[in-house]
Formats: sequence, structure tokens, C-alpha cells
Amino acid sequence: MRILEHPILGKMPPRKVVKIEMEGRVLEAFEGEPIAAALTAHGICVFRYTRVRKEPRGISCAIGQCTDCVMVVNGIPNTRTCVTRVEDGMKIQRQE
Amino acid sequence: MKKLSKSAAAKGVLKREDLGRLPGMPSEKRLKKGPVAIIECADEFPCNPCEAACPEQAIRIGEDITNLPVLDEDKCTGCGVCISACPGLAIFVVDLTYSQKEAVVRIPHEFLPIPGKGEVVKCLNREGKIITEGGVVKVINPKRNDRTPVIWVAVPREFAQDVRAIRVSDTG
Amino acid sequence: METYEFAVVGGGPAGMSGAIEAAKAGVQKIAIFDENPTLGGQLVKQTHKFFGGREHRAGKRGIDIASAMAKECHGLGIDVMKDTVVWGIFKGNTVALYNEGKAQRLTAKAILLATGASENNIACPGWTLPGVLGAGGIQTMMNVHRVLPGNRILMVGSGNVGLIVSYQLLQAGAKVVAVIDILPRIGGYGVHASKITRLSVPILTSHSLKEIIGKDRVEAAVIIKVDSKNKPIPGTEQRFDVDTVCLSVGLSPLAELAWMCGCKFLYVPELGGWMPCRSEKMETSVPGIYVAGDGGGIEEASTAMMTGAIAGIAVAESLGYLTKERSEELRKEKTKGLDPFRCKDFGFRRVANEKLIENIIGSKGVRE
Repeated sequence: MRILEHPILGKMPPRKVVKIEMEGRVLEAFEGEPIAAALTAHGICVFRYTRVRKEPRGISCAIGQCTDCVMVVNGIPNTRTCVTRVEDGMKIQRQE
Repeated sequence: MKKLSKSAAAKGVLKREDLGRLPGMPSEKRLKKGPVAIIECADEFPCNPCEAACPEQAIRIGEDITNLPVLDEDKCTGCGVCISACPGLAIFVVDLTYSQKEAVVRIPHEFLPIPGKGEVVKCLNREGKIITEGGVVKVINPKRNDRTPVIWVAVPREFAQDVRAIRVSDTG
Repeated sequence: METYEFAVVGGGPAGMSGAIEAAKAGVQKIAIFDENPTLGGQLVKQTHKFFGGREHRAGKRGIDIASAMAKECHGLGIDVMKDTVVWGIFKGNTVALYNEGKAQRLTAKAILLATGASENNIACPGWTLPGVLGAGGIQTMMNVHRVLPGNRILMVGSGNVGLIVSYQLLQAGAKVVAVIDILPRIGGYGVHASKITRLSVPILTSHSLKEIIGKDRVEAAVIIKVDSKNKPIPGTEQRFDVDTVCLSVGLSPLAELAWMCGCKFLYVPELGGWMPCRSEKMETSVPGIYVAGDGGGIEEASTAMMTGAIAGIAVAESLGYLTKERSEELRKEKTKGLDPFRCKDFGFRRVANEKLIENIIGSKGVRE
């Protein structure tokens, strides 16, 4: 859910929209925001499944420290989505 | 400094016995005279913007900035500048002389939507219980408040010392 | 290879303060490296007004303190390299950087490690489910990225971070069903607690997190009451239907670079665990390597500004820009800014441990 109006941050300023693709689904995102923020705005919270026990994982620290949020981005696995910014045409996949 | 009640330490709710001991509390006598600041600050940590903000020098903390703010109720005019200056949002202004039946409580309210003049809002006590309804008399939100609007709510007099938050109707 | 007089790793309140003080004293080539796209460290998500006194910029919102300090850095001609990770420090004060796909090395006569801290976790059943975040993590999502990962939140931990983030969650439009704490007392300031209790957020002390339930994300959380020995009392479980659990259970210094440099460490539980020892001038056991802010022991932003400044003053002295006397004078001023945070109910633990840390390498540091 996006916070469009906030008592301290004010109104969300106009931002350029880019399109990213996650496993066949085209999603609108704001240029410059982290992938994790864009996915969260669309209600996506499972970012990957662990290799052995197939457990769902998502965002934990949100500042690039814990690596819980890693996904395959443009073919590169283990990309920290909370600190990697979206780019038009980016392809995101859950890694397993 | 005397220990706070169990309610304050364990639940975060100041009781009458805690408040009565605070140096930021005005006397009953002063309250009857007109609007005055009520500083509900009970822990000793470093903080003194209220002292700097008061145009009448009615709040004193001193060199040791962990001291609790002391209210000089005779100097206090109830102007309310301190309400938005307090980073802890712990200062209110109460006016028991508003009318025969009602008092006005001025509350810092950093939420959306900001209620409008004339709007009826739910009034909550320190425990977060809705205890009455109140009418918004005024909304003060100048740039100087740095995004801390102050809402003047008229409530039945008997609730003046309990109402410390509002909830705009039709929010959760 | 480029050489700086002073390299600062981390552009938060500690790092910026260090660079600013050094620049004001006349140090010439100063650089701040930060892995984020903006300067400010944790300040960029602090939407609340700060406490303290004038020297701590009390009354100003953290977000505004961040931009004011960043402006000051630029105004003083300090080189700021954003989106830059310092991934190592090698012999000869060689700083290894990574930025936009390029690796780089440079040297510096003095280095300040102001790398902050990371959030702790509670490993209970279900703790890895999507929807379990650090309190700082959710604060970043809502205040920096303007997204909410959930709407019904259980906050675990009633220190200042837990209380403040709970308030900010309400401001963002979320519901906080409760704040719990294992201890019998609320950890943070009473005013932070009152701000949320008067908005119907109950604070339940003497409660611990038992388990988090859900299939693909958090669906519920179960808490349990504990006795005076922190042992769970069977039969006192309470279930909350929530989609998010925020863990606000302490911070640990991010001290990898200090380990790499060979700094002496000490384990101080009250200050977050393993931390590099340092003198009262904030110099570690390795000459020329300084530490400040949470990276040198968990405290808060206001004290980070002071410890960073103390480090900057010490660096300026070591490089010959300040006399011993002038440096002493400036340091005394900044130490005065630390004292109010290190006394009475909230600060007493810090005082005892400061003595402990200084005893390892002596308060005067390795140079004397």
C-alpha cells in the first residue's frame, strides 16, 4: 500500500512511472525506488523460497544488511531488492 | 524524584497521583483563572525546547537539561506556543473558563485528516478510552509549528483533565 | 592512488559531525563515503522532533537535521561519495571502495568508522515469515519509500525505537494492536509511551513473543506472559490477528571494518555486544582509526553527533590543525553534550561501561 498523503511527509510528489516485470506480471513502479518497495506497493510479500525447506522469505531489515529480500534481477541472483533501484524493463524472479 | 506509579512504568499511563507531583502542573487556583499550560513530562531525560519556546519564560529547566520542566503558573498566559514545541507532545493547554458548561483542551495532533472548525470528534483519555465527544473550536497550524497542528476541542468541563487525544470520526 | 587526509566511512550523524568538525578546524582533503543514495544515515527516516538541547538540534525533525547537516558538508567542501560501499580497509590505511560497478582504492591519513548498527532478531517459531520486519526496517519502508508492508502490527519491544515507530505506524495509517516487552517496565521515555497509549495502543509489559503463525506470510502472533525470572507462564497465551510483526529488540554495532583493521574489541551487552574499544578521543587501538556513533556502541543519534564531533576534533589535532589545548577545549564542549544522555535513569548504564571501554586502551589512547 502506498502512502499518498502523510501528516509529516506531506503529499507524495509526482514521480516518473516505469514498468518492471515479475514472473510474467507487468508492474508499475516509481523511478528510483527500490524493487522491494515496488513489490510491497503491489501487495507482493513473498520474495523467494529457501532452497532446502522451501520456506517463504521477504523483507526484514530493509537497508541491505540481512539479505532476506534477495531475488533474481535481470538474471543475476542474490540481488538485494531493498537497496537495488527499479529500472524500466527490469525482470524480477523469485529465487529458490 | 519520587517513583512513578505502576501504571506509568508498566503501561505508559500517568495517573492522577503521578500528575499531581509533577512540577509542570498548574494549581487548581490557577486553572480557574484561565488558559494555562499543563506539562505532563515525568521522566528525566535530556530535553529543553519548551523552555526555549516560551515567550514569557514561564517554563524553567535550567543548566541540567534532564531536569523536569517547572511551570511558573503566574507567568504562563496559556498562549500555547509550547504545545507544538515539545518533541514528546506532552504539553497541553486547558481553559476551564471557556463557558459555563465547557472547557477547551488544546491538543497536539499530528495525524490526517486534520479536523475542521465545528467538527465533532471523539475524545480519548490517557488510556486511549473514548470518554466523550468534543467540538473543534479552532485549529492552529502555522508554519512555525513545523507540522504539529494544535486542535482546540470544547469538552464538558468535568472531562477537561482527562481528555488528552482526539479521534476524527470515520477514521479507524 | 588518491590520498585523503581524512576518510569517513558512513554519512550518518556521527560521520557527518566528524567531517564537519575536521573541516571547520582546517583539515583539507576530507571524504565521506556512504552506501546509500543520500546522506543522513538513520536520520532520513526519523520524522519525529528530536530531544536534547540546542547542540543536539532539539525540536528539529530528524529528516530536517539530515538535510541541514548534508548541506553543511557540501558547503565546507567535503567530498561526498554516495552509493559507495567501503568493503575493506587494508594495510597503510588503504580504503577499498565499490561504486557503480567499479572498484577503487585510496589511502587516508585518518579514518573514521561511523558505520552504525544492525537490528537484532528474536528467533521464535515463524520468525522468518514475510511480514516479520525490524522496527527500523518498517520505518524505512514507510518514511523513506512511502509503502506499508502491512496494516495490523504487533510491535515487540518498548524501548524508544519500538514506541516511536509504533507512533509513526499510526501516522502512516496502520493499526498497532499492541506493544509488548519482556521486562516489567517500559524501556523508553514515558512521553513516547503516552503518545500511543492515549491513542488506544496498549503496552503489555512482562510479555514475550511465543510464536508467529502463517503460511506464506504472517497471519497471527501469539504472546505469553512471563514471571519475574522471564519464564513463560503456561496458559497465559494471547493471540493477535496481525499481518505484521515488528521486532524492536535492540541493535548491534556494525563493526566488520574495525575487525578487519585489527582493532581490539570488547563485549559489552548493555551497549549492543561486540564493539571496538576506543579512547575518550574516539581512537581505536589502531592508530589513525577512529570510531563514532552506534558503530562504537549503541546509543542514539544525538550522542552520535557528539562522538562524531569528538573524533573529528581528534583527527584535526593528530594532523596538526589544532593545538593540544584548543583540541582539549573543543572536546570538553562536545563531552558536555554527551553528559546529559549518560546520567540518571536512562543513561546510567552507559557511564559504567564507558569506564570499562576506556580501561582497555587507556583514556588517552594509543598515542600517549
